[in-house]
Amino acid sequence: MELILALGIGVLTGSGVWLLLRPRTFQVIIGLSLLSYAVNLFIFSTGGLRTGAVPVLERGTMGHLATYADPVPQALVLTAIVISFATTALFLVLLLAARGLTGTDHVDGREKDR
Amino acid sequence: MPDALLLLTLVGLPFLGAIAAGLLPTHARNAAAWLAGGIAAAGVALVWAGYPTVAAGGVLRHEIAWMPSLGLNLVLRMDGFAWLFAGMVSGVGALVIVYARYYMAEDDPVPRFFAFLLAFMGSMTGVVISGNLIQLAFFWELTSLFSFLLIGYWHHLAAARDGARMALTITATGGLCLFAGVLVLGHIVGSYDLDAVLASGDRIRTHPLYLPALVLILLGALTKSAQFPFHFWLPHAMAAPTPVSAYLHSATLVKAGVFLMARLWPVMAGTDAWFWIVGTAGVTTLILGAYIAIFQHDLKGLLAYSTISHLGLITLLLGLNSKLAMVAAIFHIINHATFKASLFMAAGIIDHETGTRDIRRLSGLNRFMPFTARLALVAAAAMAGVPLLNGFLSKEMFFAEALSAEGPLPFLLDVLPAAATVASAFSVAYSLRFIHGAFFGPDPVDLPLTPHEPPTWMRFPVEILVLACIIIGLLPAATVGPYLDMAAHAALGAATPDYSLAVWHGFSLPLLMSLIALVAGVSLYLMLQRHLKKGVEGAPLIGGLQGQRMFERTMVFLSWRLARTLEGLLGTRRLQPQLRLVVCVAVLAAGWTVWLRGLGPGNLIPSGIDPVLALIWAIGAACAVGAAWQAKYHRLVALILLGGTGLVTCVTFVWFSAPDLALTQLLVEVVTTILLLLGLRWLPKRLDVPGARPPEVITATRRLRDLAIAVAAGLGMAALAFGVMTRFPPEILAEHFLERSYTEGGGTNVVNVILVDFRGFDTLGEITVLGVVALTAYALLRRFRPAPDSVDVPEQQRDQSAHDIARPGRREGDTVADWLLIPSIIARLLFPVIGLVAVYLLLRGHDLPGGGFAAGLTASIALILQYMLGGTQWVEARLRVLPLRWMGLGLLLATGTGLAAWAFGRPFLTTYFSYAELPLVGTVPVTSALIFDIGVFALVVGATMLTLIALARQSVRGHRAAAPRPADELAAPLAAPSAAPVAGPAATAMGDD
Repeated sequence: MELILALGIGVLTGSGVWLLLRPRTFQVIIGLSLLSYAVNLFIFSTGGLRTGAVPVLERGTMGHLATYADPVPQALVLTAIVISFATTALFLVLLLAARGLTGTDHVDGREKDR
Repeated sequence: MPDALLLLTLVGLPFLGAIAAGLLPTHARNAAAWLAGGIAAAGVALVWAGYPTVAAGGVLRHEIAWMPSLGLNLVLRMDGFAWLFAGMVSGVGALVIVYARYYMAEDDPVPRFFAFLLAFMGSMTGVVISGNLIQLAFFWELTSLFSFLLIGYWHHLAAARDGARMALTITATGGLCLFAGVLVLGHIVGSYDLDAVLASGDRIRTHPLYLPALVLILLGALTKSAQFPFHFWLPHAMAAPTPVSAYLHSATLVKAGVFLMARLWPVMAGTDAWFWIVGTAGVTTLILGAYIAIFQHDLKGLLAYSTISHLGLITLLLGLNSKLAMVAAIFHIINHATFKASLFMAAGIIDHETGTRDIRRLSGLNRFMPFTARLALVAAAAMAGVPLLNGFLSKEMFFAEALSAEGPLPFLLDVLPAAATVASAFSVAYSLRFIHGAFFGPDPVDLPLTPHEPPTWMRFPVEILVLACIIIGLLPAATVGPYLDMAAHAALGAATPDYSLAVWHGFSLPLLMSLIALVAGVSLYLMLQRHLKKGVEGAPLIGGLQGQRMFERTMVFLSWRLARTLEGLLGTRRLQPQLRLVVCVAVLAAGWTVWLRGLGPGNLIPSGIDPVLALIWAIGAACAVGAAWQAKYHRLVALILLGGTGLVTCVTFVWFSAPDLALTQLLVEVVTTILLLLGLRWLPKRLDVPGARPPEVITATRRLRDLAIAVAAGLGMAALAFGVMTRFPPEILAEHFLERSYTEGGGTNVVNVILVDFRGFDTLGEITVLGVVALTAYALLRRFRPAPDSVDVPEQQRDQSAHDIARPGRREGDTVADWLLIPSIIARLLFPVIGLVAVYLLLRGHDLPGGGFAAGLTASIALILQYMLGGTQWVEARLRVLPLRWMGLGLLLATGTGLAAWAFGRPFLTTYFSYAELPLVGTVPVTSALIFDIGVFALVVGATMLTLIALARQSVRGHRAAAPRPADELAAPLAAPSAAPVAGPAATAMGDD
């Protein structure tokens, strides 16, 4: 299990980094999205991978880690998902504005000098 | 008066006065002068009110806790030593303010001047009565800052600007060193409190970090006190108005350095390192300053170098590691302040009444301003060390100390008395030059103004100070004796040696040295007459040794050449190399750490591989790689594949017991995909022509390199993730939240309780970020102008319209209008259902997966579905979403819930909860966190809708902007401006709500 998820995170990171280094803004935005999946999964995995752990408490009880899923990485990742959504939205708008202003979708705002 | 009030007023009043003075109208000279004078007088009175306590050997102390856990408190502490300095700061300050009232010209913005002066006075008081080292360093930098403003007061003069900048660069850099030094010192002692530091002298001197701390602190002190080799800023600071020079360079700014050295003397002095650094700096500065002073033609320049020299004398005394020398140093600090302030004021009077300060042009002023001449004569005699004046007394003590100094190298100490006598002879010569050059000789010719006596009140401060010189000189024990004694005891403690303050000590070696210095000084002046008459600039022999030139070269090198070279070498305005660098540094840093520490096997045995999950991740990885592969030429494909990866992520969350994450991830996935789909429309066409020429060699190499980086990053991340997952997770926090989630937060969904309750403040910050992002997106899109090649109606719509035109019985646009009719009807029917789901998710969030974020995104999806299927115009004709109102409401609700806790005397964002029984619905949690979550919900709806609607509207605007094109080519330039009025109603609909 751990190995699969670790490899998955690795592939997402690799694809994300590759796209991050590309010259077109759309490539970069896709790369950032892939990278944020990888990072979210990584943060999530720091709590340990638990299948079948109870995510919600019994009413009126105190939970313990023996039976319940670790909520801290989940809370962190929940925040991270929303923030990466916000940055994707911002980056998209920036991309469109830059494209409209400069006429190109190159990340530097101009085509590479040949 | 209680200590706290006294000390706080003493420091705070000048700053308040500075603000008040700064608010006065530009030409309110008298009001500003009265205000400043009143505050300085109040300062004197406050210092005096503290006298009974400190005279009895007590310490006024007030401590305000700020960050007690870090040992950072605001500590005000005034003992006898600080009292003496506080007295000088406010006393000389009051005199300077009276003087400045008459010195400053009518057209100068005087209130600004007094505002700076008062702020400086407050900072200086802060330095001397700080009881915490970091606080001292803070006020120290404030004095640098306000001295910069004061020196550069006449900012229309280049000399003033340069002088101010140089003073700031040198003293503020020294201040940073001092800050580092006090941090080290605080580390050694374990406290930044001055009392604690002063009580641990032995620990400090024997600590391995003693030398670094000493060097750093001395760098601060020596730069401030203009000691060689940092002395050169002081003469350039003479471009300041003369009252500033009289204040900063006699009693305050430059004395801060020697104050600090004397303050820390009991704990840092007494070592060879101290002797060598402080002593060498002192003796070099003493002789060099005095020598250069003789050859200055500017009265203030002469006084500036003389100040440097006298500060060198004080530094030397402090460096001798003798308690008696320390007493002599304190005494000379007082004496120097009195005679130097009066001499600066006299120089200012001469400048004011004759229009020049050049000794070569001045002459015979004695006949025009006899009274001022007498005053200057007495003050200059005190500076030269003529008997019966105060300068003589401390100089005698200095000679005695020079004779009896003990140090590591006896030979050098034999030279010290000779050096002292030579420096003293120089000081006689320059004092003589000041008096003889300005006041005696033939009548002056060709002066810019006709000289006359200054106004009575302008001369008054000089009179007071000169009177002090005389009575201290005549009756030292009766006048200054008790104060000096008090200051020395406060600085040195019980170990203060006995000393005698008497005018006559009998025929002794120091007296002989004084006489030799007087005779030698007079003869030297007479011998130099011919050279001085020539009017050559600069001192002979050492003309090439110009600190200023070196400073300027260094500045040019640092701020221009080095910066440009580094920018050329390392800088780029291109994004790709920057990102490449960031990624490489991250990979290398992680790899380096692993290499140093080793990764090793974890302490958890990896669980077995589930084939289903393996298959799912095979798909996920394929999607990710495919997205990376296709993102350039096939954006839609890449987007779909990205969605595939997102879904796999979502499934992973479900798999590993995180339903909340899966829910949110799924919803975010939907909204992100819609967002990106809306953006696709405005990107340029890029066709992957099969059989096109292969990429150039450079491009191919670059791709290979990027591929290598990406593979390295991926492998590294995989290894890291595996390493983390096979280790036992830290669980301290998890247990904490799991135990308290229901018992203290009233919710069974721990993740949600963390978000809205335990870490509610983070969430508040997060939704604020979301709001800011949405507003930014909105603002950017308001100014959006589509690129020309994206403006036209899409190809598909053109085809459909052409089809309409070709068929009889169909009007143009019929097909477009009917587009996706059935799905849009379904979407309309689904709208309330999805809305209800959103409300359900919101309400159950505290106990079951859901919550404000998920609900907000769901509601947004319901709305955006209508936009997608019904079209922007159709939806807006029927339903007005006012995203800004949603956002405002959300933020208000969330913040209001937090603030409401205050009303019950609880900390910000404390939640209240209980459970209520509702008919039909059942048990419902009633908690203030729900209101907070509703705030989150409203904000998420608002922010998402603001962004999505703004994007969706672009197509409407784009079409309208494109419309006039085919009709008339002339209208094309108008197309862009016409987009603004078109956007008008839409923009106002969103902006005004």
